[in-house]
Amino acid sequence: MIRYLIRRLLWAVVLFVAITIITYIIFFMIPTDPARKACGQLVTPACVKSARHYLGLDRPVYIQYYKFLERLVVHQSLGRSFANRQNINSIIGRAAPITASLVFGGAVTWLLLAIPIGILSALRPRTLLDRSAMVFVLVGISAHPVWIGLIFSWFFGYKLGITPIAGYCEAFSPPQGAACGGVVQWFYHMILPWITFAILFAALYVRMIRANVMETLNEDYVRTARAKGAPESRVMFKHVLRNAMLPVVTMLGMDIALGLGGAVFTESVYSLHGLGQTLVQSLSGDDLPTTQGIVVFGTLAIIVFNLIVDLLYAFIDPRIRLT
Amino acid sequence: MALLDVKDLKTYFRTDDGIVKAVDGVSFSVEKGQTLGIVGESGSGKSVTCLTIMGLNPKKNTISSGEARFKDEDLLHMSPRRLRQIRGNDIAMIFQDPMTSLNPVHKIGDQLAEAVLLHQDVTKKQAKTQALELLKAVGIPRAERRLGDYPHQFSGGMRQRVMIAMALVNDPDVLIADEPTTALDVTTQAQILTLMNNLQKDFDSAIIIITHDLGVVAETADDVVVMYAAEVVEQGSVDSIFRRPHMPYTWGLLGSLPRLDTDLERLVQIKGQPPSLLNPPQGCRFHPRCPYVMDICKKEDPPLKPVTDDPAHLAACHLDEETKDREAQKLIEGTLAAAS
Repeated sequence: MIRYLIRRLLWAVVLFVAITIITYIIFFMIPTDPARKACGQLVTPACVKSARHYLGLDRPVYIQYYKFLERLVVHQSLGRSFANRQNINSIIGRAAPITASLVFGGAVTWLLLAIPIGILSALRPRTLLDRSAMVFVLVGISAHPVWIGLIFSWFFGYKLGITPIAGYCEAFSPPQGAACGGVVQWFYHMILPWITFAILFAALYVRMIRANVMETLNEDYVRTARAKGAPESRVMFKHVLRNAMLPVVTMLGMDIALGLGGAVFTESVYSLHGLGQTLVQSLSGDDLPTTQGIVVFGTLAIIVFNLIVDLLYAFIDPRIRLT
Repeated sequence: MALLDVKDLKTYFRTDDGIVKAVDGVSFSVEKGQTLGIVGESGSGKSVTCLTIMGLNPKKNTISSGEARFKDEDLLHMSPRRLRQIRGNDIAMIFQDPMTSLNPVHKIGDQLAEAVLLHQDVTKKQAKTQALELLKAVGIPRAERRLGDYPHQFSGGMRQRVMIAMALVNDPDVLIADEPTTALDVTTQAQILTLMNNLQKDFDSAIIIITHDLGVVAETADDVVVMYAAEVVEQGSVDSIFRRPHMPYTWGLLGSLPRLDTDLERLVQIKGQPPSLLNPPQGCRFHPRCPYVMDICKKEDPPLKPVTDDPAHLAACHLDEETKDREAQKLIEGTLAAAS
């Protein structure tokens, strides 16, 4: 167990270095000059030269990368934005809770949708319910989150007026002068983003859960449970679901990581200033430190999350040994 | 009134290709303390017969008829609730493959205790105690420690012992064992059979053992039912069937037992394949494979009727007594010659 953890951590370091190096290289292959941008409309050679020195762009790439690592390891700092000199730690500190709200709330939403629908479809295959679920799945997979988001925002927010059209509310300690705050308002503002974000995954999970449950229902040990005289509800919850959900847990770990990338669409539709939106802005502004900061944060989040899922998996499936 | 009395049991499955008659008119009965062996090839309907009695066939697409009276209650026509009370409590079942019949994510102790808790009004702790006693009774070493283990930590033979313990934990009147030793190696097979025999003595339960192994039948059963293509072709006491089998299929089964004494190039087999149950042959279902086939066999299905010298021994065959006598005698002489 301890050895397993140590090995996983070493791998995490390797992964981390690889990903940050790739980000640096890609960034320097993009033919733009952040120094020119920093000078704004008054581009003079002198300004560009001093800006380049100020931002550290006049040094070779590997020195820049080394400086980045040194800052990160020694000062736990991701540096300052090229665009507005803000501390990147605090940029991420503001954006991450929004994305976390979206992704984790979205994951809960898609599980709440997919588990009951998947189970019912499995228990009654080829019925009206199963077929309607199939239509939902097709729509969910085909429709783009931006489109779904705009339709939802227009229909529920504007036409019916039962949800906010867009925007975010801090659940805890909202900033001074914020329009809204508190857990209830946070929840209220997140309903549409969650559903929009969740639909694609819910669709995929309905099919997966349906297939897993149908397969598990045919297992010998399910017959054993029935032969013991267990009622159907008990057979379902104690014997079928526990086994049918094992692959779902693994998938969940990967999909939440994947969802971090997909969050940008939902964030932009509902103007949530989360990591996705910040990342897009930083990329279009040639703001390497912010881009790199978000990549670092995202990588760490995914590594930690996958580790948690793997540990959890060993916990719920006694056949798995972590070595 | 027998403990379990099965009459004209039929189980049909609706499939995309048509109706499969998996069991087509099977009758037998079992008494307390007795063992009934059901033998036949794969796909002859042995397992389906027992799954029907237990109500474990998929409800959808299954049509069952006839009756299976247990203590004068018809298992086929009772409420699901009542059937659940009987299942695992009065009638318990052991399955063929111990590797897949236990739930991989629950501890052995919990799975055993579940069987107790479903039928007895006891605390979890008492259920665990009962589970432990049974694990000891089926001969699992260091049973106390193994309660907390998961199925994958047990070998095949040990898992089958756990399955037997699980089936016996509520002291059932009838124990149905569906090929309990097929998935096990030979030495373990013998242990499991001895175990079942001993437990039968202790608990005085009736056992139905499904097998394609005539050796197992000879060792354990009091009565035998021979099934072929969803029908019973011969049934009677184990003595009379082994002493004087009346049906060419039974001869084939007995003749195809591998023997150590004769040095054959290849094993004796019954030629051909069991017929499709979607579209079984006209007349006697065994006729396409029968070496003694006559014209009448292709037209008329022989009725299952008592043989001349033993009213409790039934067989379904058109052959005349003389031929039967001669052929059975040959078979037995062969066996005796081998034995001496």
